Amino acid sequence: MSDIILEGKDLKKYYPIKTGVLRRTTGHVKAVDGVSFELRKGETLGIVGESGCGKSTLGRLLMRLEEPTDGHVFFGGEDMAKASTSQMRKLRRDIQIVFQDPYTSLNPRMTVGDIVGEPFEIHSDVIPKGGRRKRVQELLDLVGLNPEHINRYPHQFSGGQRQRIGIARGIALNPKVLICDEPVSALDVSVQAQVVNLLEKLQNELGLAYVFIAHDLSVVRHISDRVGVMYLGKLVELGEEDQVYEHPTHPYTQALLSAVPVPDPTLRGKRDQIVLVGDVPSPANPPSGCRFHTRCWRAQDVCKAEEPILQDRPDGVTQHRSACHFAEPRTVVERSE
Amino acid sequence: MTDNVRTVVETTEKEPADKDVPRSLFSDAWRELKHRPMFWISLGMILFFVVMAAVPSLFTRGDPTEAILKLGSTPPSSSQWFGRDLQGYDIYTRTIYGARASILVGVFATLLTSAIGVVIGVIAAFYGGILDTIMMRITDIFFAIPFLLGGILFMSSFPNTKDSTYFAVVGKVVLVLSILGWPSIARLMRGSVLQVKPNDYVQAARALGASPWRVIRSHILPNAWAPVIVVSMINLGAFISAEASLSFLGIGLTYPAISWGVAISDALTYIRTAPWMLLFPSLFLSLAVLAFIMLGDVIRDAFDPKTR
Amino acid sequence: MNHEQATPTAAYQPVNGRLLEVEDLHVEFHTRDGVARAINGVSFTLDAGETLAILGESGSGKSVTAQAIMGILDMPPAKIPAGAIRYCGQDLLTMPEEQRRKTRGPEISMIFQDALSSLNPVFPVGWQIAEMFRMHRGMNKSDAKEQALRLMQRVQIPAAKERINSYPHQFSGGMRQRIMIAMAIALDPAVLIADEPTTALDVTVQAQIMNLLHDLQEERQMGLILITHDLGVVADVADRIAVMYAGRLVEKADILPIYAHPAHPYTKGLLDSIPRLDQKGQTLRAIAGLPPNLLRIPEGCAFNPRCYLAQDVCHRDLPSLREVAPGRWSACHFAEEVLDV
Repeated sequence: MSDIILEGKDLKKYYPIKTGVLRRTTGHVKAVDGVSFELRKGETLGIVGESGCGKSTLGRLLMRLEEPTDGHVFFGGEDMAKASTSQMRKLRRDIQIVFQDPYTSLNPRMTVGDIVGEPFEIHSDVIPKGGRRKRVQELLDLVGLNPEHINRYPHQFSGGQRQRIGIARGIALNPKVLICDEPVSALDVSVQAQVVNLLEKLQNELGLAYVFIAHDLSVVRHISDRVGVMYLGKLVELGEEDQVYEHPTHPYTQALLSAVPVPDPTLRGKRDQIVLVGDVPSPANPPSGCRFHTRCWRAQDVCKAEEPILQDRPDGVTQHRSACHFAEPRTVVERSE
Repeated sequence: MTDNVRTVVETTEKEPADKDVPRSLFSDAWRELKHRPMFWISLGMILFFVVMAAVPSLFTRGDPTEAILKLGSTPPSSSQWFGRDLQGYDIYTRTIYGARASILVGVFATLLTSAIGVVIGVIAAFYGGILDTIMMRITDIFFAIPFLLGGILFMSSFPNTKDSTYFAVVGKVVLVLSILGWPSIARLMRGSVLQVKPNDYVQAARALGASPWRVIRSHILPNAWAPVIVVSMINLGAFISAEASLSFLGIGLTYPAISWGVAISDALTYIRTAPWMLLFPSLFLSLAVLAFIMLGDVIRDAFDPKTR
Repeated sequence: MNHEQATPTAAYQPVNGRLLEVEDLHVEFHTRDGVARAINGVSFTLDAGETLAILGESGSGKSVTAQAIMGILDMPPAKIPAGAIRYCGQDLLTMPEEQRRKTRGPEISMIFQDALSSLNPVFPVGWQIAEMFRMHRGMNKSDAKEQALRLMQRVQIPAAKERINSYPHQFSGGMRQRIMIAMAIALDPAVLIADEPTTALDVTVQAQIMNLLHDLQEERQMGLILITHDLGVVADVADRIAVMYAGRLVEKADILPIYAHPAHPYTKGLLDSIPRLDQKGQTLRAIAGLPPNLLRIPEGCAFNPRCYLAQDVCHRDLPSLREVAPGRWSACHFAEEVLDV
């Protein structure tokens, strides 16, 4: 499959827990624990999950902002861990990131022109010095900002506009992959749609592939072609957007989807609502076997003992990957038009 | 994306209603500062002392080394405003000339402590790990030396001699204050950098492949140095008073330097017979220290409105 | 310590089931840069057993409204230049502070978005709940603790007995929110205000908390004011909605018609701009522009710079909130046209 641009293989990230005066390592927080997936050219892969499931850490691993404890990231078939410093610098151009918080993702002491222009300073061979300002203004225009505001500072912009600045910086070097880490969750409802639409426009125009990390399942469904669901550092389900939303086979996905409120009061009380009991266990001490068994209403003894593999399992129509011993489709979201 | 999804994009957002001029955080701080009387008062006082230190002859035509013995212990009068001391030195002239030593010690000790502290603090916080541990333990050791005791030990181990030049005398005080003063700046800087480092804009720069030096220079330093500026300003006042304390003990500045601390020390013996000898140098010393501390305070408020 | 006996609702009796009446409320904040008009004439009512959702984005004035009703606005910088907030017919704004203070807890209480910072970190949670009974009802220590335990069980904290002496940081976000709900309902208030109660929580926990709030409200026939930006949460629980924009109510109606046929372009814009879980290939029509700066609210209708229907009259005249159809209130000059399409 040559159209796969980014691939994660059994990625793991453990953070040591240090205690005592001697700072001895007494355990590990398993933030990401064996995640494999692939991203195709020009597509959007949504990664959803609740806080602490490891989705943001996954994004940082893909960006190589964190070194994985184990596993590999392949970009265009090449192992990023084996890349030399100069190859890595080149790779940086191809994978970029947009952060969640538009207030901490822009350096408050730099002007918008300096922020969006910094990629060209770092990779000075991309555009000669004289042409940079013009390119920055083109980028600002592309993301829907007034190019004349190039000399303004971030705090003179609203949250949505700042997010556009962050996107302009992300696409400056013409990357092939953009990691979007909760790019709209800090924004007001009426502004979220503007940024989502902008991301879709840029994808159509520039042929970008997105890894779209978010906790908002509705936004993820809207923008994604394929979706992965994470729970406690693991992918529990992965498939086409329709498959995951309309024929989920993992109980966690089913519970998650059923909990999302739909802005339609006529559906009140008619939706299949699965209310989970208890809290997410600590990633420092995850349950044995299937990590969801402590909250799962279908758990059997085998779930405690044996970890289910993420593999193709029938979903009633076709099949897609799910990590449940008792994978079975259940429709919790009726499609409405 | 699937082709049937037509996206509607708003390409132009309304501009914020703010004025069109670009505003940096420094110009915001300036906007804040210029409305504060405290800022202008302290700045005025500091300028006054700095000019006094640079060109004392603007303020007095007298010679600070001219002692008129027969006028010894004259109280303040219209011809000699601050009176004269026991040896007949004009106190006004000596107080004016004394500013130079205090300002020199204060400014250079501040520059040196800041330079050492910032470098150590940034390196420790940015690289972390074992380097951080080692550097911070060294910092703690220096931090643990009692300021005055350390000063006394150092100064009495390397006493001034008869042929010490003015700059050697002053330089030695600067050196001892800096050796004892940098750990607080280093710790402050380290804390400040640790706060800035996890910000997403630092991550974004790393994601772009920026070199560590670039990350430090354009992203970390500009966002981390505000607290150091403030504390340095306050320290400057503290160094001036520390110099006076050392000089008072007879181990700081000595002849040929003229200093407020020395003057205060000399005056103490005659506090009953010639109290003006003590009053004027002390007053100037207090005002100078106060001015720097006030400026530090007011700048801190301007940089961080949350503390108000 | 306050040792008065418990007579929580004797002084306040709802008139025809009406608990709360907010009338022409104005709130402004005096800042260095000028006067920010956070609320500019808001009126609504709340009956016993009813859930009213106040929907708005940041800066719309929804939280300030809640704080004004609770009487917890910092004044200064806030100022209430006009308006009335009547609880059971008595104006809270003209009431002596001592009397008003006694309404907080037994009559009106509130839960906040951030449970961690709303609970005191240095006391065990059971102690904090029990404190309510000791302060307001003069109960002795052991009775108060027993009541606290009963409440913790009511809000479904697992192993409540073992956890009564735990500290707030030892609980998860959802559990902390339950503890805050327990404190808020401890004195059987008639009105409960929930300010973004689930915004900081994960979606599965959000469902638990909303269910709990809904059950408690039915069980105690409280009037619930739910303040939120989430159209989904509102759809699941509210009886009526008031939509706020730039410190005014722009639309007010029962829950069902407003989602089917919004009567204000802003409400319509919000509904068109949120992606829905149950729809595929949906087109998001974003509302252009940004919410206004409260220091410089546009002339006429505050929404006019972002409105697709805006005409000259919208730049000139402030539309009043009027009844455009039975039970439907809208503050738009062209409400009828919005309703039609």
